[in-house]
Amino acid sequence: MESERDDGRSPSQLRPLSCARNVLHRAHGSASWSQGDTKVLAAVYGPKAGTKKNENPEKACIEVIWKPKTGQIGKQEKEFEMILKRTLQSICILTLNPNTTTSIIVQVVNDDGALLVCAINAACAALIDAGIPLKHLAVAICCCLAEGGYVILDPTKLEEQKMRGFAYLVFPNSVVSVLPKGSSRVEGEPMEHGIITSVTHGVMSVEEYLKCLERGRAASTKLSDLLRRSLQSQLPSDSSKAV
Amino acid sequence: MGLPDASEDLSSEMEVDAFRRLFPLRYFERHLSESIRPDARPLGRARDTTLALGAVASAHGSALAKIGSTTMLAAIKMEVMTPSTESPDEGSIAIDFHMPPICSPIVRPGRPAEAAPVISKQLSDTISRQVKSFLCYPFLLNSGMINLKELSLVSGKAAWMAYLDIYCLDADGALFDAALLSAVAAFSHLQIPIVSLNDDGKIELISEEDDGAKLEVEPVNKEKRKLTLSSIPFSLTCILHKNYILADPTAEEESIMETAVTVVLDSSSRLVSFYKPGGPVLAHTSAVQDCVALTRQRVKELQNILDETLSGMEID
Repeated sequence: MESERDDGRSPSQLRPLSCARNVLHRAHGSASWSQGDTKVLAAVYGPKAGTKKNENPEKACIEVIWKPKTGQIGKQEKEFEMILKRTLQSICILTLNPNTTTSIIVQVVNDDGALLVCAINAACAALIDAGIPLKHLAVAICCCLAEGGYVILDPTKLEEQKMRGFAYLVFPNSVVSVLPKGSSRVEGEPMEHGIITSVTHGVMSVEEYLKCLERGRAASTKLSDLLRRSLQSQLPSDSSKAV
Repeated sequence: MGLPDASEDLSSEMEVDAFRRLFPLRYFERHLSESIRPDARPLGRARDTTLALGAVASAHGSALAKIGSTTMLAAIKMEVMTPSTESPDEGSIAIDFHMPPICSPIVRPGRPAEAAPVISKQLSDTISRQVKSFLCYPFLLNSGMINLKELSLVSGKAAWMAYLDIYCLDADGALFDAALLSAVAAFSHLQIPIVSLNDDGKIELISEEDDGAKLEVEPVNKEKRKLTLSSIPFSLTCILHKNYILADPTAEEESIMETAVTVVLDSSSRLVSFYKPGGPVLAHTSAVQDCVALTRQRVKELQNILDETLSGMEID
């Protein structure tokens, strides 16, 4: 039996999304992303010359700085920074601007569940706004596993605390361009079904995880269509910035 | 550019060592196409793993784990503390992971390694999901390996605080796997010290010497000197590269092929964590299932190694 959620949503219904780009005028690119009451602001600076130590100078370097709502950054934030960095590295075309550093600053405005997911989506929108070359978008989604074994999407903080386990999943967005046959499919699966990032908490069976994946994929398809529409509609206003 | 073609032509006339350094990816791919790795392992096999208990005499529980040349030293120190008011009959566990400069040429003195806090966080998520993290996700479910209630001494007054410190002595890939193995072994080796309530109602340690000889005070925890570990987690890190899956990568493999997947399963084969932080290769369902299958095998191996080491210790 699928139980009703506190805010009256169906299990696979997302909270109202809103995305605004070009919100900060000093940054090279910026975006604010909110899912319900969770809101994250992301700014992109760069590409700047030179890379940090221990980074490959033959590739572009991505640097992520996580700013929590209050207080100092701890281990949790360090982990978020690392996940965000690796995720963004995998969607950027790093060979295009070798020996440069692009900084992404993520400011948490409010946390009401699915924070990392919100941050990934915000950072991705900010990279688009900054015009950083990307292979494809990253679409992040949070799947929760409730007590009865059913999956709910995009939990609030209260729901997150009651759950048996949850998975943050990031998928590539669907490609609409015409590709040579077979190139976008791996072993019979379309490219957008592959996982870029997966972080799970709590114990679940492997079957339950696969179920989360399936639900996440279905939701990410819808989300990526929405993303495509919202990013396209803002394009004309960008020309003023390009001067 | 024509770089890949150049390497193809050169490979026949260049020395192996030079080829490995100049075209590392090409060098690995040549091995992988023959289903073998440069260190003579098949793709799905982990490196030799050894475990030694009681490596630190001054700690209450300790273990040294080696996977290939990746070496981790874990030690637990128990201290009595006052439990928090929210959970008066629970102890707590503090986990810290250290990467001193000796472990790898990448870690420089005076600058903490970037990987250390991340692994530390992953470990505490895996071992005690009741530890409240900075963001305050209270995992109130008893799905962790350790029941924190067992660490309680006097409800509301005293409980154990277990400080688990893991030192990386040699970082040669698959750090999390080795760290988790050493942590699990240290907890199985842990001997909780005997304590008693003194006249002031305070907890004090009874030293090992007068144990049994003249006990004027009744020990509080005579029976509870070992933790019962339920559903022990074990992990395996795999590298995804094209269609290949390489189990238990070395540091060299990790630096060349960047997509790593860490799967943690507990002894009853439940998924504790499926961790893939980005990487250029996408994990499709088949790859997910293959990684889980490899981890299932590895969990059995590690369980055997742990059981053997524990039974070996009991004989001594």
